[in-house]
Amino acid sequence: MKLYKLSVFFVAICTSLLFVQCSDDDDNVIVNATCNDGIQNGDESGVDCGGSDCGPCETAFTGTYVQEDIMGRPGINTVFSGTDQLKNNFNTTTVSGRADFQDDFESRLEFYHDVYAQALGLDPNDVNYETNILGLDAPTFTTVLAQFDALQVAPNATTSYFVPGGVALTGRTLTDDVIDVSLTLMFGGSDGMRFNGQNGLPLLITDNVGFGDREVQPFPYLEAPLTQ
Amino acid sequence: MKKTKIIAAIGGVCVAALSVFLIAADHIDAPAVAGTTSDIADLYAFEGDDPDNTVFIATLQGPLEPGTVTQNATFDEDVMIEFNIDNTGDFKEDLVIQAVKRGDSMYFFGPAQPAQQGLSSTVATFAQRNSVKISAVGETEVATNNGMTFFAGPRRDAFFFDFNRFNKVIAGEVAPEGFLPQGQAEDFFDTLNVLAIAVEVPNSLLGTAPAHVAGSVGINGLPPSYNVWVSAKRKQ
Repeated sequence: MKLYKLSVFFVAICTSLLFVQCSDDDDNVIVNATCNDGIQNGDESGVDCGGSDCGPCETAFTGTYVQEDIMGRPGINTVFSGTDQLKNNFNTTTVSGRADFQDDFESRLEFYHDVYAQALGLDPNDVNYETNILGLDAPTFTTVLAQFDALQVAPNATTSYFVPGGVALTGRTLTDDVIDVSLTLMFGGSDGMRFNGQNGLPLLITDNVGFGDREVQPFPYLEAPLTQ
Repeated sequence: MKKTKIIAAIGGVCVAALSVFLIAADHIDAPAVAGTTSDIADLYAFEGDDPDNTVFIATLQGPLEPGTVTQNATFDEDVMIEFNIDNTGDFKEDLVIQAVKRGDSMYFFGPAQPAQQGLSSTVATFAQRNSVKISAVGETEVATNNGMTFFAGPRRDAFFFDFNRFNKVIAGEVAPEGFLPQGQAEDFFDTLNVLAIAVEVPNSLLGTAPAHVAGSVGINGLPPSYNVWVSAKRKQ
């Protein structure tokens, strides 16, 4: 009989402890959401994941992604595709599938020269692209632009988009003046100085702006965003 | 109730006006993609501060005005940014590094041989996976793993170009002068931001570089070079 009373007393004590313990736990869940409490609470976006405190939720990476935009060298589509349709087509074509663009690119290159022939009162047939500083004639130059539109990136050499007379075509840094390079290759002729704004000719080989007051930082190399 | 409706209407008009501005501000690319979350602004690829590494940077959705426009710009979970590396010289991607946003992080896959080459891609979930928390304005969250370093977030645009003058030049509006002299020329991008994705990779993960393509048009003596481009692909 004594033993029975003792057992009842013991069970009662244990039950009350269990009850108090549970009550305590519940309070903690409500007040302090944690990343291992097994429920979605706080600002979590899933059970024990996402939000400001927990790690990212396990995410799905399924499906097929289709190309909408593409870029190799800077300005190629903007400068050499003469129509909206051509620009859209360029962006939805693979790099290795652009042989058809060469004719249009060469026409566009000559069109830019015609604009200035007319302004100068000359016959457009007399003012044409001249073989550039790389020694490329118009068909070869526009073939390179149309069919090989990628940055050439040398893994074991100093990077430079282009250095007249020096090592070049080894990638593109943040500070490379890619617009001046493009203009020089288009309008500079064999010495890079044609259409230099002298002797009654327009200035077409430089836009006369540079990297300015920007700075190259440690990784990620780009400066923090401007705030105003 | 009336008040709520008026506030909602004003909000709607403001959003519409902002949308028009964003689209109008993005003159750079083709009409189909201009002003969208898949619009690539620039690609940079260069030797890292550690000369055994190569850095790939894509900038997107530019130009972004500083302030609320930049603060509100976000990467799109349905857009994959893919750095493509041809290391055989056929201008088809042999390796890709893919960046896909999920939640508050940018996930990176690769470098790895893609499941398929060309216009369509699937995420290379079989490849090495890394992630970095997307930085907000005022933050620079960087993640490093296995010698690779990652970043995603807004940055100042590094691109410089007298873009307004260029448009007048090619329209013949400023013939015969052409571009402006120094001091008068204006860098359109000087005061603008972009969204950026940057990854620095040990060259040992990129394979052996092929002969420089310039050799095929008679420009010889250039060092072996990968052919690199970036694409933006949207989930179907």
